[in-house]
Amino acid sequence: MSHATPTLGGHSTALVEPSPFSIPSKKLAMWLFIISDAMTFAACLLAYGFLRNSTPNWPTPFEGITNVAIMTFILVTSSLTMLFGIRASRVGDTAGTVRWMLITVLLGVAFAALHLREWAGLIHEGVTLFKNPWGTALFGASFFCITGLHLLHVTGGVIALTVVALRVKAGRSGAVDVEVVGLYWHFVDLVWMFVVPLVYLMNLAH
Amino acid sequence: MAQTSNVKDSGIGKYLVTYVVILAIAALQFVLAYQHIDGSQKFFSMLAIAFVEAAIGVLFFMHLSEENRAMKIFVGIFILFVLAAMQYSWPDSFRIILGAPFSSYH
Repeated sequence: MSHATPTLGGHSTALVEPSPFSIPSKKLAMWLFIISDAMTFAACLLAYGFLRNSTPNWPTPFEGITNVAIMTFILVTSSLTMLFGIRASRVGDTAGTVRWMLITVLLGVAFAALHLREWAGLIHEGVTLFKNPWGTALFGASFFCITGLHLLHVTGGVIALTVVALRVKAGRSGAVDVEVVGLYWHFVDLVWMFVVPLVYLMNLAH
Repeated sequence: MAQTSNVKDSGIGKYLVTYVVILAIAALQFVLAYQHIDGSQKFFSMLAIAFVEAAIGVLFFMHLSEENRAMKIFVGIFILFVLAAMQYSWPDSFRIILGAPFSSYH
């Protein structure tokens, strides 16, 4: 009597434990990355809060909220367009998936451009990593490190979204890949929700 | 597009509602920034609003609400640890600014 036992790399599939989370391994890997990256941002924001709280002459240089409000609107909207892309990929709409992902990329580029313009304005006013005209030098270091880390994530996300969109168009990536890169993009959006109040809104000039 | 996800398809309406709610909460933070209230009270209010905003984002933008129970518990526990880690050194920062011998006001 012969049993047709399915094998995986020479081992019985009975030895392979099913995923307890019922999600694709790529998606689990992205969740693990997001959790570890959240700890990185938490550490940065905690260090910032510590410095901000324990330094009496902390500068409050932001005159208005227009720029940061527009940046927030763009980033939250880009999460919505990403969701439309994920939805299109689930129903097998390749053209729709690529279109929504590229719209998300454009919004990400617009966000980065506004961010760089804001940086240029602050640098023009004399803010650097080691000094600023208003108060403790720690302000520039913490501001540029936190917003720079976030901008680095946005840039990485824009590149990843573009690569996955092109791969989807070529038929080499599927719905799970779109969802995985979407998870990352939403995470970048969520981090901004903490950066805005702590770094910008608490430092408004009154 | 051969691969498929195990998560159920969500309607556009749900996405739009989540989007509007998150924008409204973000707007609330901006309004709060211009209120003449105590600095620490403003800080904790904004942080609380950001947590609510992030929770809505994780549940509905990142579809955690549609994952199975084990996944929700797994992510939830890690998020709690991250949030706890963000809080543990506040007392020391208050000690530096208010307590002797290192107080900045002495």
